[in-house]
Amino acid sequence: MSAPGAAPGYRPGASLPLRVELVRQVRRRRTVLTLGLLAVLPVLLWLAFTIGHDSGSRSGATLVDLATTSGLNFVVFTLFSAASFLLVVVVALVFGDTVASEASWATLRYLLASPVPRGRLLRQKASVAALLSLLALVLLPAVALVVGVLAYGAGDLVSPTGQSLEFLLAAGRLALTPVYLAVHLAWVAGLALLLSVSTDAPLGAVGGAVLVSILSQILETVDALGGLRDYLPTRFNTAWVDLLSSPIDWTRLASGAFSGVAYATAFGLVAWWRFTRKDITS
Amino acid sequence: MPAPVVLRRLRRRPIVLTLLIVLVAGAAVVLARWRIPQPPPVVMENVTIGVPEGPGSAQRVYLDATLYRPALTPAPAVLVAHGFGGSKNTVSPQATALARRGFVVLTWSARGFGASTGQIGLDSPDYEVADARALVDWLSRRPDVVQDSPGDPRVGVTGASYGGALALLLAGTDRRVDALAPEITWNDLAQALFPNAASRDPIPLRTPAAGAFAPDGVFKQDWAGHFFSGGPAGPGLCGRFRPELCAAYLQAAAAGDPTPDLMALLRRSSPAEVTSRITAPTLLIQGEHDTLFGLDQADATARQLATAGAPVKVVWYAGGHDGGEPGAQLQDEVGTWFDYHLRRIGPDPGTGFDYQVEAIFGTHRGVAPRTVHAAAYPGLGASPVQRRELPLSGGPQQVIRPPGAIPAALSSLPGLDATLTQGAASLDGVAMNPPGQAATFLTDPLSDPLELVGSPQVRLRVAGAPTLLGGLLPQAVLFVKLYDVGPDERHTLPGRAVAAVRVGPLPPDGTPVEFTVTLAGMVRPVQAGHRLALTVVTTDRGYALPSQPAVYTVSLASNARLAVPVVPGEPAPQALPAAPLAGLSGITALLILLAGRAALRRRPDDVDPTLATVPVVATGLTKQYPGGLTAVRELSFRVEQGQILGLLGPNGAGKTTVLRMLLGLIQPTSGELRLFGCRVSAGAAVLSRVGAFVEGPGLLPHLSGADNLRLYWAAAGRPTADAGFDEAVRIAGLGDALYRRVSTYSHGMRQRLAIAQAMLGKPDLLVLDEPTNGLDPPQIHAMRRVLRDYAARGATVLVSSHLLAEVEQICSHVVVLQQGRLVAAGSVAEIVANSRVVFTVDDPDRAATVLGALGGLTVMRVDRHSVHAQLDGLPRAAAVGALVDAGIGVDGVSTHHPLEEAFLQLMNREETG
Repeated sequence: MSAPGAAPGYRPGASLPLRVELVRQVRRRRTVLTLGLLAVLPVLLWLAFTIGHDSGSRSGATLVDLATTSGLNFVVFTLFSAASFLLVVVVALVFGDTVASEASWATLRYLLASPVPRGRLLRQKASVAALLSLLALVLLPAVALVVGVLAYGAGDLVSPTGQSLEFLLAAGRLALTPVYLAVHLAWVAGLALLLSVSTDAPLGAVGGAVLVSILSQILETVDALGGLRDYLPTRFNTAWVDLLSSPIDWTRLASGAFSGVAYATAFGLVAWWRFTRKDITS
Repeated sequence: MPAPVVLRRLRRRPIVLTLLIVLVAGAAVVLARWRIPQPPPVVMENVTIGVPEGPGSAQRVYLDATLYRPALTPAPAVLVAHGFGGSKNTVSPQATALARRGFVVLTWSARGFGASTGQIGLDSPDYEVADARALVDWLSRRPDVVQDSPGDPRVGVTGASYGGALALLLAGTDRRVDALAPEITWNDLAQALFPNAASRDPIPLRTPAAGAFAPDGVFKQDWAGHFFSGGPAGPGLCGRFRPELCAAYLQAAAAGDPTPDLMALLRRSSPAEVTSRITAPTLLIQGEHDTLFGLDQADATARQLATAGAPVKVVWYAGGHDGGEPGAQLQDEVGTWFDYHLRRIGPDPGTGFDYQVEAIFGTHRGVAPRTVHAAAYPGLGASPVQRRELPLSGGPQQVIRPPGAIPAALSSLPGLDATLTQGAASLDGVAMNPPGQAATFLTDPLSDPLELVGSPQVRLRVAGAPTLLGGLLPQAVLFVKLYDVGPDERHTLPGRAVAAVRVGPLPPDGTPVEFTVTLAGMVRPVQAGHRLALTVVTTDRGYALPSQPAVYTVSLASNARLAVPVVPGEPAPQALPAAPLAGLSGITALLILLAGRAALRRRPDDVDPTLATVPVVATGLTKQYPGGLTAVRELSFRVEQGQILGLLGPNGAGKTTVLRMLLGLIQPTSGELRLFGCRVSAGAAVLSRVGAFVEGPGLLPHLSGADNLRLYWAAAGRPTADAGFDEAVRIAGLGDALYRRVSTYSHGMRQRLAIAQAMLGKPDLLVLDEPTNGLDPPQIHAMRRVLRDYAARGATVLVSSHLLAEVEQICSHVVVLQQGRLVAAGSVAEIVANSRVVFTVDDPDRAATVLGALGGLTVMRVDRHSVHAQLDGLPRAAAVGALVDAGIGVDGVSTHHPLEEAFLQLMNREETG
């Protein structure tokens, strides 16, 4: 559809295709480094377990005990170490950067004047950011699985509450964790996107989203808040562990998914509302 | 423009906005997850109820009570008793929840607590239990309570710890109680405070957590001290305790041994005395983290109730006096229990057995315990609990108790576990067995995982050995623990509980005494490859220890096996999480609705066909930034096709704001801008006919120049063939540098690349903001030629600049701006023709006369050294000639343009202001 008054052949729906935005992002050193780091993390953990010496004086079980029992448990441990902070940072980085980094390079005004309609620009950039986040969320457990199986074998998964799950069943369950994390971490994505359209400093947007996550986790430790803590966005960030129980306990998973989507929708709508109306002064 | 003001405004708003959003989102979540409709209102009424001070006493004790009335009465009643050290206020949340369910709820501060008068009798049948019966009487006189028969209200009773024992004692002495739900409480208080887990005779193995409950126990002084000091403050050592109770306790505490008086008092306060008379359905909740009232206490109650014929449901949860009181979910279960047994509504909760399995590292770190459901509590009916027999290995080992029993082993800290650490693992760093005091016997590594549910049993031997002090001690005091030992030798003590053992008399000749120990009840998933370690220690800080030194030899009985109870079950059925799922579908629906609306409600294109050939028409354009700064005021101008128009003005005149409005980046406050007849808005399609370079280049630094051009065009939404890359590359003139990363470019190179990017697709209107800034003279010259050639092809060029000379050389037309206002507009020739000339002369007055006589010129002003004149077609040379002819010394002639006037005015204002 060619709009009246437009240059011949111009179609708003053809502006900033996903493929182009993906190339613009993937060729950034930041993207490659982040993904590379996630791929290296399981190897580093394996090295730490192999090289490190236990002081021996400690008693009491920890999650680390489970980590080396099988390749799948290694994946669980890797996710546990990464889910509450590292993956939050990755999602915040990818989404917080979307608009703010274009603003900081001054390319935003040229894209918008070319013209890419504002709503479309936000949508395309958010889609590519979501794609990259999902890639990160899948990459980490995938690499951990390969490293884990090579190092600790393809034994059964032992859940933290002592249940054994067969390899194939457990691997299937673990394949669901990136899905849950993606839905749950959507709140970080929404917030980072909102901050990204509100500031010209990409670091501010990324840092802001991470800061809120840390704040929420601190509030979570305040017992006096009681049931109010259920409304904190990070409240259900470990609920993916429930995927490993048999049968799956959906209670916290559903709450976590809802909380993630609810916050993401609220933040995302405000981001869209702001971005389609704001004066671009960058 | 005062940029700081704008920036400050922009910077401040996101924070406020973000906070607002967080609040709104939070509120939305709250609303979405709240039960709709709202819970029915509960009416609270404070009452004081007088009861006899004691049996047959004429004096009265006044109990401070609160009645919670539901919306609908008459309704069955529930008594909620509080824990030790609490008051009626501490159970208020539970009472409110039960009242919302539809029960009349009565809470009261037990005598000696809160605002109630009287002294603490420790759930004595003569005092506290009699009080509770009086409360039932009181309920029987209320019309808002359902009555089964006159004087017999329909009533349930619940409470935790001190309140739980009261519930059992009341149900055992008052047949009017219809259902009860005691939580984390004792069966035999004497055994709880003076436990002995060893028996020479075999101990029944039918139930999972059967304890030995042997006489002559070891004083659990740490907990007892906490328990007694938990009473409300009062004068003297005894506080508000009854004197006879206090005296007996003080005596026992000082001696470390129970006195018969105290044991008798504790027995009278024990549900064990009355459970044979309870037939009401009982929900028995006990904690897996409870070193005060362990699982064995609930096990005993369950056995006694089952014998008496009461329906019993048993729940073990991941908590207790060391791990937190029953939470909202368990209180909900209590509500369900009363719903069914007092009101006959809701599902039958049955008489099964639920237990919770925690993560191996405790409840923290976000791993919720897993609940397992078994059809019945094993051993109450026909079939006893299953036990796995694990062989133990380890020879006889000598252990010592040092004089004064110091150092002593540390296993748990009463109360502190619950308040500080919320779990088991955090004490691991400090818990220890001093060297020489522990004998250890190990199982083989388990070939399969094992879920240990209850109290394991084992048969041991102990023999005395002479110390240097001579003689043998008649009794052995030992503490037996069971550790889960990982392949890396990491030890975990599940539940942190120990079994205290007193065995005797030990024969003086050193022959061993054989006895059975029931270990502390626990729930523990033991992984394959792990071993269980049975450890026998001579000391424990939680208990009163004999101070005499001792040496014992501990060994396994022949063919000793660890009998580990296992309770197979199924995962507890769980309700579908309806509220969040409903919320999720609600949000999905909302998003679909919004997307549909956005798709349907397209803005109609505002096109004026009469202006289709006019590249730019601005009408009454005004832009006021938030903060009050007006950057552009009532600006109107036109740019015709083929013109090279210069937008001229000093810095801050509003040129860039105009260009940004022209590109749809900034929304005008009022007025409108039309490009080729189409009104400009954000992302308007007509912008596809515009190429722009505004406020410096905007390039992706991590890509090469060529990739920048290619990707920019790929994002523009126009066919690749229309780009005209070759021409753009020629204009950029970067040579091989085109294939280098842009971050390595100089300022001039970026500038040329950005201008080339603006010219991609041969736009009908080219907008360039200060295009020659940062270019060297040859490049400026080349740029001028490019622009002239471009316009010559019929395209229009709009150039902004603050340099008059540049506009004069490039542009055919000019619009002069100052402080957002139009100062002048027209062709460059017109503007120059209308220029003012200043003649600097030695005699200004005479010069003015001479010039005035010439014609074709108007004298505007005469200064001390100069004459200002407006030329109307007279060449400057003719004017100068006339002055020279008149003999006037001419020092200089200069031309002043309107722009320069504007500059001067501006600068004058700044100097004076």
